[in-house]
This record gives sequence, structure tokens and C-alpha cells, in this order.
Amino acid sequence: MKKKYSIFSIARNALTSHANWQAAWRSSDPKKAYDVIIIGGGGHGLATAYYLAKTFGISNVAVLEKGWIGGGNTGRNTTIVRSNYLWDESARIYEKSLKLWESLSQDINYNVMFSQRGVLNLGHTLQDMRDIERRSNANYLNGIDSEVLTTADVARLVPILDTSPDARYPILGASLQKRGGVARHDAVAWGFARAADQLGVDIIQNCEVTGIQRNEGRVSGVYTSRGTINASNVGIVTAGHSSTVAEMAGLRLPVESHPLQALVSEPLKPILHTVVMSNAVHGYISQSDKGELVIGAGVDSYVGYGQRGSFSIIEGNLSAIVELFPAFSRVRMLRQWGGIVDVCPDACPIIGETDVRGLYINCGWGTGGFKATPGSGWVFAHTIATGQPHALNAPFSIKRFNTGALIDEHGAAGVAH
Amino acid sequence: MTQMLRTPDAGHVKRTRPISFTFNKRQYWGFEGDTLASALIANNVRVIRRSFKFHRPRGIVGAWSEEPNAIVEIGANNTRVPNLRATQIELYQGLVAHSVTPSKWLRFDTLAISNVFSGLLPAGFYYKTFMWPKSFWHRYEKRIRRLAGLGYAPSGQDIDTYDKMHYFCDVLVVGGGPSGLIAALTVARSGGRVLLVDDQSEIGGSLLSKTETISGKLAKYWLKDVITELRSYPDVRLLKRATATGYYDHNFVVINERLTDHLEHHNERLRRERLWRVRAKEVILATGAIERPIVFCSNDIPGVMLASAIRIYLLRYGVLAGSKVAFFTNNDSVYHTALSLVESGGEVVGIVDIRKNPKSTIVERARSTGIPIYDDHVVVAARGGFNGLKKVQLARANSQGDLILTNKGELKCDTLGVSGGWNPVVHLHAQSGGRPEYDQSAGMFVPGKSVQSERSVGAAKGHIALRECFVDGVEAGKSAALGADLKLGQIPDIPFTIAESSEALKPMWEVPPSQLNLHNDKSFVDLQNDTTASDLRLAVREGYTAIEHVKRYTALGFGTDQGKLGNINGAGIVAKYLGVDISELGTTRFRPNYTPVTFGAISGRSIGGYLFDPVRKSPIHEWHVMAGAAFENVGQWKRPWYYPRDSETMDDSVKRECLAVRGGVGALDASTLGKIEIRGPDASTLLNRLYTNSWSKLPVGRCRYGLMLGEDGMVMDDGVTARIGDNHYLMTTTTGGAGPVLTWMERWLQTEWPDLKVYLTSVTDQWAVVSLAGPDSRRLMANLYPDLDFSEEVFPFMSVVSASYVGVPSRIFRISFSGELGYEINVPANYGYSLWSTIMKFGESLNITPYGTETMHILRAEKGYIIVGQDTDGSVTPHDLGMDWIVSKNKDFIGKRSLFREDMKRDNRKQFVGLETDDPLLILPEGAQLTNEQNRSIPVDMVGHVTSSYMSVELNRSIALALVKGGIKRHGGKVYAHLIDGRIVPATIRSPNFYDPKNKRQEA
Amino acid sequence: MLQIECPWCGPRDQSEFSCGGEAHISRPLEPDALDDIEWADYLFFRKNPCGRHYEQWCHIFGCRRWFNAIRDTVTYKFIAYYEMGANPPELD
Repeated sequence: MKKKYSIFSIARNALTSHANWQAAWRSSDPKKAYDVIIIGGGGHGLATAYYLAKTFGISNVAVLEKGWIGGGNTGRNTTIVRSNYLWDESARIYEKSLKLWESLSQDINYNVMFSQRGVLNLGHTLQDMRDIERRSNANYLNGIDSEVLTTADVARLVPILDTSPDARYPILGASLQKRGGVARHDAVAWGFARAADQLGVDIIQNCEVTGIQRNEGRVSGVYTSRGTINASNVGIVTAGHSSTVAEMAGLRLPVESHPLQALVSEPLKPILHTVVMSNAVHGYISQSDKGELVIGAGVDSYVGYGQRGSFSIIEGNLSAIVELFPAFSRVRMLRQWGGIVDVCPDACPIIGETDVRGLYINCGWGTGGFKATPGSGWVFAHTIATGQPHALNAPFSIKRFNTGALIDEHGAAGVAH
Repeated sequence: MTQMLRTPDAGHVKRTRPISFTFNKRQYWGFEGDTLASALIANNVRVIRRSFKFHRPRGIVGAWSEEPNAIVEIGANNTRVPNLRATQIELYQGLVAHSVTPSKWLRFDTLAISNVFSGLLPAGFYYKTFMWPKSFWHRYEKRIRRLAGLGYAPSGQDIDTYDKMHYFCDVLVVGGGPSGLIAALTVARSGGRVLLVDDQSEIGGSLLSKTETISGKLAKYWLKDVITELRSYPDVRLLKRATATGYYDHNFVVINERLTDHLEHHNERLRRERLWRVRAKEVILATGAIERPIVFCSNDIPGVMLASAIRIYLLRYGVLAGSKVAFFTNNDSVYHTALSLVESGGEVVGIVDIRKNPKSTIVERARSTGIPIYDDHVVVAARGGFNGLKKVQLARANSQGDLILTNKGELKCDTLGVSGGWNPVVHLHAQSGGRPEYDQSAGMFVPGKSVQSERSVGAAKGHIALRECFVDGVEAGKSAALGADLKLGQIPDIPFTIAESSEALKPMWEVPPSQLNLHNDKSFVDLQNDTTASDLRLAVREGYTAIEHVKRYTALGFGTDQGKLGNINGAGIVAKYLGVDISELGTTRFRPNYTPVTFGAISGRSIGGYLFDPVRKSPIHEWHVMAGAAFENVGQWKRPWYYPRDSETMDDSVKRECLAVRGGVGALDASTLGKIEIRGPDASTLLNRLYTNSWSKLPVGRCRYGLMLGEDGMVMDDGVTARIGDNHYLMTTTTGGAGPVLTWMERWLQTEWPDLKVYLTSVTDQWAVVSLAGPDSRRLMANLYPDLDFSEEVFPFMSVVSASYVGVPSRIFRISFSGELGYEINVPANYGYSLWSTIMKFGESLNITPYGTETMHILRAEKGYIIVGQDTDGSVTPHDLGMDWIVSKNKDFIGKRSLFREDMKRDNRKQFVGLETDDPLLILPEGAQLTNEQNRSIPVDMVGHVTSSYMSVELNRSIALALVKGGIKRHGGKVYAHLIDGRIVPATIRSPNFYDPKNKRQEA
Repeated sequence: MLQIECPWCGPRDQSEFSCGGEAHISRPLEPDALDDIEWADYLFFRKNPCGRHYEQWCHIFGCRRWFNAIRDTVTYKFIAYYEMGANPPELD
């Protein structure tokens, strides 16, 4: 039994110079067989394992990670959490996730530092404002908090934003989701890993899946760099590498993997207290607890598995940030990095069964996966445990690409006129 | 003006030019050529700031960008730069700098108590606590945030501007030390276009603080000769104060050049920084090496610094780092420094060498000078107070260096120069895709295999000796020149340097804490983040064993120095604790930037107004400005939104404009609509494939409305296309769609249908378009074109004629987006303003009224005409719009197949309808959500939303357009708009065509 | 930061180009003959390889011509360029 984390446990351990802390998760060797194998030790995969064990009572589970857990998009994103999505299907799954976020630290006994400091989505054109009104109204009727702010409200909330009318694309207003915010990304992976491990889940790092074993249309295990492991249920949660892993089972996906970049500034004293996002001017920014401005850049248009993107994206992105926050012109960019995002044509995920029985997939989260981590894990665990999707993820079946029932979060932002 | 620790004559600062500056509100003196750090050391300022987590006093450690401690800020408000390193600030007259320190007082820091309770703050402590009570995290966070962060953000509009330079060269040489210079010389003599960049204020690198002679000359004279020769080649460019900060794909290197930070006065004609975007055929990385510290107890006390920094402060700036200097080393390099110090009158109290009985020439020389050498010893702890180091404790370790065997007394000193060997600056190599490898014999990570066209030389490759640097440089110069297809010129001779015997270093990451000491303090690995060696061990103990996990759990290397001093030691300590070889563990990934880059420099001039995004204006724009129009941003265009008169509100203006069109004649500047010329024998075929309706039978001189779909069947664009000739069409698109539609058409033509003989030309900017609408428009047209017959028979609705306007060719379309009789006159853009003015003059008697996009929107909404992007959103098919009539059944077109998928057959798809609120004066907000529920209950099922909504003065009531599930069959039914403010507004579904449903007026 | 060799204009910076995604997806000649699954495959499903990718590019801020390229999606190196309609070059 693992010791609970608390201020008291820290004080107790301080007496022994912290020499007696246990490992947050066991370093496991793979067993011969499991009830469920999760391929991919990112936030979503670890959350899936945790909820399988905790909510659905299936703890004979292994999470296979080819490198170190949380080393993919979990540890590379800009940590924004919100649920103010337009379409009912998205709003519901992200709201489920947000609700889980709200008590996650206590639930897994690991402080993921979920900071509900509010997420502001700026509107710069009349059509932006129509879209904001539409989305906020829809959120409200779905039971999700959302407010529509005027330019003056925005100026009060974030005084360092350029809210003057003579900006190239003046800020006409914004939506605000107060329950939205940021969290500590690494802690999410570590916390889920620790909590899942405590319930009996094996976290196996440096274990690369090289093939998916099938038998008469049904999955029977995986081949890995550490031997064959049997399981009658396998979940693929490998984000940018979804296509390559799915191909091992002969599956084709409607996703493409693109580079997505992010960057941070040098640490500053607190200056920005909410998350600010702008679609029209293309930038999103928040300030980490450490003081760094955390800035999300755009997606490169080409397929790329290099965990790096093009500098021109950074240039465009920082121009937008300086356009919005003129004072940040003198702030300095410290570090940049890239991840690989798997993007669906409708910018919504695929969560559900595949044509191979017992094989499930959870992918296509594109640029929005981090905020979904607990919710995604929860519905995916449900899907694997019961063999069928939960009402929350049923609309996210891969079959929607055949029927045309897309959930077009992409198109919703498309403007002509 | 005394500078306690300034030598009489060492270094090359300009002693004839004294400079006064202010640090933490006290005035000091330095010399031109100093950095802030060298001047502070000269003035014996030991403590620069308090540390981030434990609030411990900290001093200067390094001499350049590796510095983790000496963080200061200069300027205020819009001139503030928050997180500068004192070691990189060039001194200028009147410089004012402040410590960036977590509390107000450097000397008495109340939070220094956190040092006492630091046992409660191990790495990752915040993951384990602050969780109770649940709702309190934001309060904890507020306090944590206040303590965190370094400097304060600037405020206001940046006083400075920035620039960019695009540059192409045969060979880019990064670093102007010995190997970089001789490499550049080799390429230059081969006629290559060379860019050599160096990040310091003087080119020369290690030569600026070397005592050796080169080919019999003092290093500075050799340097001068080489630079003079390099400058003589027209194709060679040398940049100083220019840092290569990022190495990207395809040999693209970003260089940040600082142009004015060293100047005393602000000059608004000068750019502060210039960002060079360099594409080089070949790159030579001569980035040098950074000395590696050794970790031991209390190694953060001010006065403990890099041995190499002591050398630089002495030989370049003429400053003694302290009055009593000791050294702690595992290699030969400190001996040179010690000898130089003695020569300059400094006192060296001893050299503590990990190695047993080192015998190299330089060690012997030091020994013979009488410097005490403590071989086979380690410094196990430093001791001191707020004013810095007082003494170091010596000990003897076992041969593996992991256990302290005996204490060996103390050494009194105020400064300790530490050298644990060298870390080659492999950052750019790693960013280019290379993987640094651990060289066991040299005890350092050196560049691995090149992935791009780059090679490292000299110290960056792990070659510390000067001769090796020269050999490397020449070889790299040759290979780069050949790689860039140059013919080799005269190869420089390898300069003569005195060869001395040397002895290998003995790697040591950390001196183990002595079990023999009662008082064991922290051993710091990352000074900026207060990451200690025990933090690293704790991380490993808790299972964070991947080096990236350790880094993230302990914040190792996350500071503004990016772990230049701490990362490799950290990896070494973790490897040792895990019992694996450091080569197996590897390093964390090296990411851009090498050193921080100002946002402004990366943005360049792409900020502020039209520089951020071009503003497009119609040729008639100035008229609208004079008329006092309010403008709307539509894509990049500025379009007149409405024309307020006197004290009119927007509503007043729009009402007046609407009435004018419905009752008389109005004019709209429609120049921004996209226009594409389509010519060629297959023009009709192309249109047939791209539009949902059929074009082959459209007679010349007639127009037709078309709807364009994506291949997914969703409406993408719409517009009227006119057949000008048998093989000639003019297509119009939405304003925002002009570019994308042209690209879309070109793509199909080039990639899928190259057999079609069609040419496309964008003519959006070539034609100005004035749209006249209203029952009086025919009379106005007749006045304008007295020779033309505007009768219904000769010039019916949806037709086009050519005409001449003041002798220039023009076209007149009879089309309508308002539901009124209307004409659109196209004239060459340069005549647009004249046409508009003429129309205004001719229309005066008809009380012609200019109207803007708002009125246009209302008029079209009264007719139920869609605006793509407002009434559609990428999920709407022609059927959803009730426009089955425009979808041909007899031919294929882009998107057709998608219309027959399962989901397209659903009855409850959202469909386009009109809405009338029960209260005729209530205007629904655009974006309002609709339900079938009369009562409030949340969550509630939504059946659609309002896409457009206006007060119609013509109909004397509000009208709205909406997408409603199954709406086409629900005309007459009720929906309820549940508004965010709590109101529930009932409305009746109806046809979207509110006004003149039989279209009599536009076809009149 | 890619440098792309337009077959007509020569090497140019990536910012002059737009990427059109996977190449050699021909529009079906008889869309009506396909069932929903086959049509969806044409519309949405992609190879998305980790390695060699056959893709379309357009020199959009240049000559506006489309062309094909083979590029490694991990190293980002361009392996070959060839014209629209041409067969891809044989690679080992």
C-alpha cells in the first residue's frame, strides 16, 4: 500500500532527509498476459488504465510506453483546459473531462495544479462575435459556464491587452469560461501513473509495440521490444503515432500527423492572470506558475513526425502575441519545442471500437487533447470494459466518416463573406 | 573612483575611458570595454541577488551566457529588459541596473527562512501537497505565483523597433574563436560567400583571454591580422553581438544581432535588434566549450566561480576575481590561470587537484612558482557568510571519487575557481538533428554524426588545445568550401603554437558529502533553480528515472541559462546513482533558443497596423472616408459598414439606407467581391464540374447564380457568374472567398484535370464595382448611359452588356442581392473613384444614398439570400439550404457523391428557415440557440440557432434567419430562443424569403 | 524550416508554398459507383506514413504551379520532386 501524499508525509520524510520516499510507480517487467493492454503511456493512456481499475474494476492492465511516460504530447502542450466547445457532442465530452479535472488532484492524490483562472476567447470581427454568441449560448444551454464579454470587460480583465479600436483587428469582445484554466502537464501523467499503479496496473516503460497479434478477426496480444504479451483487449492511445500503430492491425485512419509547436518566455513576475486565446490573430497564451509566458504556436501544414516545426510558424505566432500585447515586445523567448498532433478532418477525436474485435482506438485529438485527458480516459475505459461506447463517445465513432455525421469543430470556425 | 580589484595593467579595457554606472542604487566606476559583471567584480561587489527558492545570496559564477546567478534588469516601463545576465551587459555611461531578486532587500531577506525550512521543500513537494481543502488551490497558487518569476514585465508600447535580414551564404561560421576564424579564412580564400557570427562585443573567442603566442605573435596581433584579411574580401561578412540561437531544417539558422543595447543613448533611427534568417549551404560550428563546475557542499556561496571566468576577468578585463584565490580542478586548465593571476599580482592560496600527482608541464611550472598544490584532494565544502566565501574544506576521497575518506583541513580564500572539465557547446549540432555522444576518454559530450551539412570544430568538438583548434578549422573550412562547390584557394598554414605536455582530466560530477561533517549543507547542481544533488537522487528514488523525468521533476535546466552549467553534471549524478553509464542515460534534448531572443526581434516589423496584415482598400475607399463611413473588416478588406450622418446612431443610418434602396436608389461599393476570369474552350466544362448546376446552355450575355461545394458536399462559396463569350466567363465569389476559390479551381485544373483547356485569372483588383439598387436605379442608369436601352426586353434580369464609361470599356450586370431592381457597373479599377463620384452627381436628383454592408445584409436577409460563412458553417448542404433546385441530377460535380451519404438523408438535419418573433420589436441575438421547449431547464436539447437577425424597417418588424432541425417541413411551427440573459423568446418558423416572395421587384 | 525546390522556379523558402497533402489520390471517375465506405476512403483516409511520403505542393506565392514531392516525414528531407501526372521516380 502506498503512502498518501500530504504536508504531513513531507514533514515526516523531512526528518529522514527524504530518504524513505517510495517510487511513485513500480518499475514493472511485463507479465505474459493481461486482461487489457493499453498501448501508449501518455496522459490519455494512463488515465484509461486508472479508470479501468478504479471505476470498472479491471486492474490486470498493462500500459506499454516505448519511451518514458508523459513524453509525447502530454509533456509538450500548453496545458489549457476548457470545455466551451460549440457542438453538443464535443461540449459534453469536454465537460465530463472538466468535471473530472475539478477533483482530480484529490481523486488521484497528486496535485496536478489545476488552476481555474478562466479562459478568454477573443473576437475580432463581427463574424467572430456571432460565433462567440452562438457558442456561449450553446454552452449555457448545455449547462457549461460561459459569458460574453464586451471590449470594456476584456480591458478590465486583462489590462495589458491592446483593446484600442485602431488595432489592425480590434478586439470587439470575447467569451469567458471561468471554470477553464491550466494544469501542470507532467503531473497529470505522473499522478495517473501513480494512482493506476497503486490499483495494480503495470506501467511498463521502454517497451515498444512492434506488432498486433490477431486471431480470426480478434486481437490476442501485442509483440513488443520486450517480448510477446497476450491480451484479448487492446487499446491504442498513441496520438501522433496512431496511424503507424493502427497499421499493425491493418487499419487505416482518417488522421494526419502534423507538427505543433509551443514556446515559453523567460519567467516574469505575475502579469497575465487568465488564459487568452485568439483565433483570428492566431495565438494563445497563459502564464505558468513559474512565471513563464506559455505560448501555443500553429500547426504546420505538412505531415511531420519530427517533433519540430518551421520557424516561420513561430514568427507569425509571436507577431500575433505582440500585436495583442504590445508590452511583450521586449520579453524574451526562452525555449521552443514541438509535438506531433494527429488531426481528423473534423478536428474531433475518434474513440471507440475498430474492425478488429477487442481492439479499440482513441486518437485524433489534434491540438486539443490535453484538456480531455481524464474524460477521454474515462470514456475509453468504459468502452473497453463494456465492449461498447458510452453515450458520450458514441458520436466519436470512426464510422462517422462513412456516414458523413462529422462533428465539424473545424468548419464552425470557417468564415467567408 | 577606486576599483579595489582592478589590476594596474592587465586586460584590454580602455582605462582612459572611465564610466560611471549604478547598481542597486549605488554608483560605481568601470571602464569602457567592461561588462557589468567585470565592473562589479572590480568594485568587489560579491552578492548580486538572492536565489529563487531558498533565497540564498548568490554571486557571479561565469563570464558570459552560462551565468545562472547574476540576473539583473535595466530600464523601466517601455524600456525595461527584465532578465539580463550581468555577464553579458556591456557597460555604458549612466547604466542603471537592479538585481532581479525575490525580495526587496538583498541583505535582509525575511524569506531566507525558507532556507532553514528547506527540508520541507524537496523537489516536487508541490505535487504532494496544497491539495486540501479542495477549493484552496487558487489561494496557494496565488502565493506561489507571487514568489515565482524573475523580473517584472515591461509595460506600454516598446520604445524600440526591430528588423529582419534574409541572407544566403556558402558557409556560415558560428563563433569567432581560433577555429572559426581560420575556417572562415580557408573558405574566404576559396572565394566563398562567408558569414561569420560571434555573440560577443569583440571577435576572438578564447583568444581574447589567452596568454600563448601564435606563430610568434601575441594572440591579439594574430587576431587582428586575420580579421583584417577577412574584412578585405567583399563576400565575407563578420557580425559581432550576433548569436546563432536556433538551427532548423535544411540548414536554416536564426541569428539574433543586438545593435543598440550597448549604446548610452536611445536613437529611434536605429533598430534595437536584427534577426538574420540565414540559409547556408554549409555550416561550421565553432561555438567553443563551457567550463563544467564540480558539485560540492555549499558550492553556491558567492566567490565560488568557474576557473575560466577568473581567467577571462583577469586577462580580458584586468580584474582580479578575489584577493585570495584558490582553485579546485580535475584538469590542467586552471594552472594557466593561476600563473597569470600571480603574474598580475594576485594571490593564489592553493590549487586543489583531484588527480594524484599530475605531471604536465604547466603543473610543474605552477609548482615551481611556489603555488601550493593539493593533489589527490577534493574541496568537500565551502564555508562563508553573506559577504561570500571565507574558506574551503579539503578532504581526500577514495579512488572512485564516491566516498570521503579523511578530512584534510581548510584553506582560507575568498574566491574559488572550479574546473570539472569542459562541456562543448553542442547545442546547435543537436538542434540540427545530431545526437551528441559521450567521449569516455575526454569525459565530455561531443558532437555525433552530422545530419545536416554542418561540422563542429575546436572546443565545440572537444578539442581544447589551440593547435587542434587550428587544424580542425582548416579542415572544416576545406570540407565546407568543397561542399559549397567552391574551388579551394590558398590554404592557411597551421599557425605555430608551443606544444606542452598535458595530463588527462579525471571526471568527477560531484564531491560526495562528507560523512565526517556534522553540518552538511546543500550541493547545488542548477544554481538558478536551486536544484540540489539530493533533489536528483530523490527524483530517482521516486521512480523518475528517465533524464527527462528528472529534469521535469526537479526543474533542472529550466532556468534562463537552460542548464548550461548544470545539465551535464545532473546527468552524471543521476547516472551514477542509477548505476548506469552517462552515455546510456544521455542528455535532455537541446532546444532552441541557445540564448533568449526578444519577441520583438522575432516579430520584426510584422506588427502594428497594416504591417501585421495588409489592409486592402477599394479604389473608392477615400470617398467613403470623406463621407464619414464607419468601416468593417472583411477578410483583409476595409468595407464601409454604414454612413452615419450628423448625429445619427448606427440604427438610424441603417434604417435610412434601407428605406432609400427600397424606395429610391442606393449605391454600394462592391469592388471587394472576388472576380475570376475563366477563359478557354473547356470553360463551361470546368464550371459544370465545380458548380452544382449546369452551365453549358447559358447563353452569352446571361448570368447565373452558382453554388460551390467542397468534396464533402458542404457549401463552400457562392456567387453570380456571367457568360461573356462562348469560351469566356467572369465568376464572382464572396469577398473572403476570392483567394481560396481561385486556389481551389487551379488545384483541380492542375492536379486532376490537366486536359481541360482553361485559363484562370484573378481580376478582383482590376475592376471597381458599383452596385446600384432600388426602383429608381433604371432611371439613373439611363442618365448615366443615354445610349443604352435598359428596358426589360433588351436588358433583362440576370444579363450582362458591355458599355463604355468615359471611353473606357466597362460591363453592366443586371443582378440583385437586395431584391430590388439593380445593376452592377464594372469599370477598370482606376476609374472606380470617378465612376462613383459621377454616379453620386447624376443621382443627386434621385436622392441617391450610399449604403454599407450592414444595409446590404438586411436587404438580402429580407430576401432570404444566404451569406456563406454567416448562414452556413461548413456543415450545410444545398438541400439543407432548401436549394435543391440548383443541384443538377444529370451530371457529376465536386461534392455530389457526398450528398448521398447516410447522414445527408436524415430528416432532422439543420435546415435554413426564416423566423418571426412573436414580439415584432424584439431582435434575436445572432447566435441565439433555439429549442422546442417553452420552459427553462438546463441542459436542454437545442434544435438550431439564429444565423442572421435584423430589424426590418420595410417590414416594420424584426426578422431572423436560422438553421433549424427539420426546419423546411416545420414552417408555421414554433421554436423558443433561450437566451443567456434568461429570456425565452418564442418565434415562428417560416420561409426565409420575407419580402416580395415572387421576386417581382428585382425582375421588374 | 524547409527549403523546397519548385521544379519551375528553383529552391525557395517554405513560406512561399502550400502543402496539399498526400499525392496520387485520384478522384474516382464514377463516384456514384462507390459505396459510402469506398467514398469515405477517398475523402478522408490517408496513409500518414512515418517515413517516406508522396505529397503535393503548390508554389502558391510564386508560379502557383502544383507538383509532387517525396519527403521523409521524420527527417523532413526531400528525396525527389516530379511533375503532376508523372509517375513517381523509382527509389530503392
